[in-house]
Amino acid sequence: MAYSEDDLKQDLVDQEYEFGFTTDVDSEKIPKGLTEETVRIISSKKEEPEWLLEYRLNALRVFQGMTEPDWAHVTYEKPNLQDIVFYSAPKPKKELASLDEVDPEILKTMERLGISLEEQKKLTGVAVDFVMDSVSVATSFKEKLGELGVIFCSFSEAVKEHPELVKKYLGTVVPSTDNYYAALNSAVFSDGSFCYIPKGTKCPMELSTYFRINESGTGQFERTLLIADEGSYVSYLEGCTAPQRDENQLHAAVVELIALDDAEIKYSTVQNWYPGDKNGLGGVFNFVTKRGICQRNAKISWTQVETGSAITWKYPSCILKGDNSVGEFYSVAVTNNHQMADTGTKMLHIGKNTKSTIISKGISAGMSHNSYRGLVKIGKGADNARNFSQCDSLLMTDTCGAHTYPYIECENSSAHLEHEATTSKIGEDQKFYCMQRGIGEEKAISLIVNGYAKEVLNKLPMEFAVEAQKLLEISLEGSVG
Amino acid sequence: MLKVKNLHASVGDKEILKGLNIEVKAGEVHAVMGPNGSGKSTLSAVLAGRDEYEVTAGEVDYLGKELLELNPEERSWEGVFLAFQYPVEIPGVSNINFLKTAINERRKYFEQDPIAAKDFLKMVKEKSALVELSDKLKNRSVNVGFSGGEKKRNEIFQMAMLEPKLSILDETDSGLDIDALRIVAHGVNTLKSKDNATIVITHYQRLLDYIIPDFVHVLYDGRIIKTGGKELALELEEKGYDWLTKEEA
Ligand SMILES: Nc1ncnc2c1ncn2[C@@H]1O[C@H](COP(=O)(O)OP(=O)(O)OP(=O)(O)O)[C@@H](O)[C@H]1O
Ligand SMILES: [Mg+2]
Repeated sequence: MAYSEDDLKQDLVDQEYEFGFTTDVDSEKIPKGLTEETVRIISSKKEEPEWLLEYRLNALRVFQGMTEPDWAHVTYEKPNLQDIVFYSAPKPKKELASLDEVDPEILKTMERLGISLEEQKKLTGVAVDFVMDSVSVATSFKEKLGELGVIFCSFSEAVKEHPELVKKYLGTVVPSTDNYYAALNSAVFSDGSFCYIPKGTKCPMELSTYFRINESGTGQFERTLLIADEGSYVSYLEGCTAPQRDENQLHAAVVELIALDDAEIKYSTVQNWYPGDKNGLGGVFNFVTKRGICQRNAKISWTQVETGSAITWKYPSCILKGDNSVGEFYSVAVTNNHQMADTGTKMLHIGKNTKSTIISKGISAGMSHNSYRGLVKIGKGADNARNFSQCDSLLMTDTCGAHTYPYIECENSSAHLEHEATTSKIGEDQKFYCMQRGIGEEKAISLIVNGYAKEVLNKLPMEFAVEAQKLLEISLEGSVG
Repeated sequence: MLKVKNLHASVGDKEILKGLNIEVKAGEVHAVMGPNGSGKSTLSAVLAGRDEYEVTAGEVDYLGKELLELNPEERSWEGVFLAFQYPVEIPGVSNINFLKTAINERRKYFEQDPIAAKDFLKMVKEKSALVELSDKLKNRSVNVGFSGGEKKRNEIFQMAMLEPKLSILDETDSGLDIDALRIVAHGVNTLKSKDNATIVITHYQRLLDYIIPDFVHVLYDGRIIKTGGKELALELEEKGYDWLTKEEA
């Protein structure tokens, strides 16, 4: 029996009951299902301008003419869209009186990740003291950014405060017609982040969604738009290592990056959505479209550590439009138990002397399936384009699967392409060697796996890297068979 | 220190050790020789606790403990060290980080705090000098891209860092040039004390010119078939194993 959105909701209800909550009937929810009316309601509730409503309606029409793709190496019960509530007013997370009310499993994990008590409270929605450190940090953070002219706010806020920027760039990198999930997102996106770095500005700190003030749940259809104006630089962090549960089973986010001439964007993600239980029930389906465009001499670098979700479908890509532009993709994807991940990248070389690098490290355990799917496309005009791809797979058991689908389309003979791929099983010899030196099995596995993923972890900002390392360790616990 | 009694071990249904006895006291050096495939590496793996090998009979007493009851890392913490015949590569894990983890895991077992960075570095400096291990090898991934000889030297460097009580060197001399052989032997001799013991597995008597054994054992078909002093190694070098194995048959 497939586990449906309804079962999940029921579970959450039961769970809440168990914890002694009562759920109020939410008057801000609209009826289930997806129709033109749904889209109109969403737009009007958010008080959006006419052009954005038009944008959504167009996307809906496109979406209605599409069918859900099934080329990815994942199998799942397709979510019934008519059974989803597409809008509920952003409400603050339920406040709990103390950490004692939080799921002890989650607390244990957070403790092991080295997340401080105050942070644990924040992440789990426990009421925090007003003087809490990170609040004041966040405030001064925002002031500092303001001085530099950096805009960093929620997507809805941006629509109200900076409509000209949103209108100019929304959908320019990921058009609504791009794919099924992108079309769906374009029609019904709930909220997300917006970021603009002015010309010549080097953003002095890592921008993290974690620090965004007044954050309320961004919902299941998140939209992110990030613009780095000429000669600017920004490093952006998305997600967090703490385990995240969500009552929405289906997540379809869209992220668009725009790097204008000489700009550089470093985009790092740690994704740890609930993967479901040991039998794969109840996990989040994560279908994400992420793409960036590079103008002249620009650079976009995607780094991702993917450990969560029951199903991950994600291909952060770069359009190397400008001459001398650079695209990079560094990925570690871990799957355990019954998780399925189909992830990779697309590097589209259009400009001359464009360069791309792909390093993908898959780690599969349990009964999971982990696929790399990548496309390197060299256009006619992309003289002297260069690509280096390396796709490695590490298997922890005999029951898991690793698959690699590298596609190459080359229309220019001056291109220089290199591809390397390896598949290896975690070695008994390696484990025994560690154990003989006094490093127990679990620790040995984490050491070996972290060594394997090091090239990618090194690309993450420092604090993130340390947490990501521990996260790999925890995700693979008890994974050896 | 170590008493092995009637040890039987097999892989699948193939018996490899067939009633092996050996006794090693603190302060002693024992050499184990024997033809290819006689079970030397199997003996060291069984003593170190590799679970591929099933012990079907016998007992091993190590410093008053039932060695076979301990898991591999516990054996290591209690002072058992194995220099591997084929040292293993661990990409992405630096030699230094590997050793630091190993040392701290042991310290945890003895309820000690992690080693202070400066003590650790001092130790690394001192011990690597002993086997003349170059700085660049210390920071490279464990054994990755090391030459055969460098790997063996790295084993002795690790041994020096972990300060074991019982060291088993499985063909550490194979693949070493004369200079490296001298360096490795010097390392082993320097680490020798009245409180620790060494078992050297080798095919060549020349190693025993540098590391002088108190006893030489001949392992054949899963059993120790002869034990003697240093001169037995010379005799084997000269006559091979035939005269012994014929006796045996
Ligand atoms: N894991 C294993 N699976 C199957 N057979 C094994 C295994 N390990 C050892 N053997 C067999 O057991 C016998 C003894 O092997 P072992 O490696 O202990 O010999 P050795 O004395 O160390 O030889 P060498 O001098 O060549 O190093 C050999 O016949 C070998 O093929
Ligand atoms: Mg051997």
